[in-house]
Amino acid sequence: MKRPIDIAAPWLLLALLLAAWEAACRLSHVPPYFLPPPSAVAVALVETAPVLAVSAAVTFGMALQALFVAFVVGGGLALLVSLSRTAETAVRPLAVALQVTPVVAIAPLVLIWFGLDHADRAVVALAAAVAVFPLFSGVLTGLNSADPDLERLFDLYGASPLQRLRHLRLPAALPFVLEGLRVAVGLAVIGAVVAEFVSGSGAAQGLAWRLLEAGNRLRTADLLAALTWLTVMGLVLNAVVAAVERAIARRSGRPLAGG
Amino acid sequence: MAEDPAPVARLSGAVVRYRARSVGPFDLTVRPGDILAVIGASGAGKSTVLRLLAGLERPDQGQAQTAPGRTGLVFQAPTLMPWASALDNVALPLDLARIPRAQARDRAAAALAAVGLGDRFDARPHQLSGGMAMRVALARALIDRPALLLLDEPFAALDSVTRRRLIEDLHRLWVEGSPRPAIVFVTHDVEEAVYLAARTVVLDAETGAVVADRSSPGALPRPADWRLDPAYRSAVETVAAALAATMETAA
Repeated sequence: MKRPIDIAAPWLLLALLLAAWEAACRLSHVPPYFLPPPSAVAVALVETAPVLAVSAAVTFGMALQALFVAFVVGGGLALLVSLSRTAETAVRPLAVALQVTPVVAIAPLVLIWFGLDHADRAVVALAAAVAVFPLFSGVLTGLNSADPDLERLFDLYGASPLQRLRHLRLPAALPFVLEGLRVAVGLAVIGAVVAEFVSGSGAAQGLAWRLLEAGNRLRTADLLAALTWLTVMGLVLNAVVAAVERAIARRSGRPLAGG
Repeated sequence: MAEDPAPVARLSGAVVRYRARSVGPFDLTVRPGDILAVIGASGAGKSTVLRLLAGLERPDQGQAQTAPGRTGLVFQAPTLMPWASALDNVALPLDLARIPRAQARDRAAAALAAVGLGDRFDARPHQLSGGMAMRVALARALIDRPALLLLDEPFAALDSVTRRRLIEDLHRLWVEGSPRPAIVFVTHDVEEAVYLAARTVVLDAETGAVVADRSSPGALPRPADWRLDPAYRSAVETVAAALAATMETAA
């Protein structure tokens, strides 16, 4: 059971930081284009809400599409690879290479491939590329995580590869898949924003475009308001996955994978 | 006297080579309805014997005749699927044999009831005590009426009361089985071996080869007070001496 102080502590810290920020702005007379006080950001949040809500929906939609693509590609690939140890040794280094490649660096390539006439496709593709690794890794680790003695039991009963997948490996993989999903959710939002930055298309209406626009006009309060939307979006997605994780862990009485 | 029935499983000079050493040769014949204890020091290859009998491992030399499709297996840990109910865990062998779901659940319910868990069908493994989880594992191993039941130190992690109760359950299930399954179980507990088994096989501490094969006196199943019988005590001492001898030569 959480103590009340544990629940209140993060909010108190947030209030304290905002108060300090507000006081610093007022006392030191920093120009608002350099650092607006939180009160000005709050006003901007209200004023720009209709515009930012639309943009947030666009970015949110892109991130979700990217997540779906990453899940299908990463999960599907992991499923195929898990059927053969040789395939796994062959694919792992490539997957790591993809992961350590900075996504911004492959953006121009992705733009050529997907984005010449459809900037939004490039955004989804790029965000999916960022989010795919934790899903691939999570699914693959999960599929190989079943109790070796249970695997032996399936050997003893002559289980087919499909039966083994359905009765043993997929259920065993679930907590790892959710853990991968939680990481991928955050990455998909990051990927969507970075991709919007890079694609810089006039057609893009996402939050990143609002950020750039506000920055170019030195409307720093609007910029921070857009940033707040992004943070909230990430938090909501994260909370949804965490809630699903908890529900499943409670059902099976298992500890969460990787805490 | 009738001729010996055909063996359920047999190891003839079976040797398994691992990277650093090899274990065996194992010579072991398991006949229908046998209860056989395999005892030996840690690392003597007791688990290898079980894996050979289960057909999960092939000998590098010699022969292993197994009972494919007619073998049940219980490990030291219950090894249940944590996401599945007790009923689904027990039904697993039938599910894998593609027996219709409803029929498999009916038989699993009967098997669970037979091990005294008729009221815990929906329990998940984490909701069961160690002894109960072991009973689920036993029900799963027995559900498809195996000709051969293999137990790998199944009671080692349990307290002594639960252990005795499970041993009595195992005897009862063996008596009720028709036909009675052959049971091979691995243990490092001499008293458990002598009490539970009709025959105790002692493995050499170093090579794993069979160095002694002792019959336990007294018909199966034994009454609980058989542990006070001098015949039991003397059988325990004989096997303990054989086991100690193998360890001394190794040391």
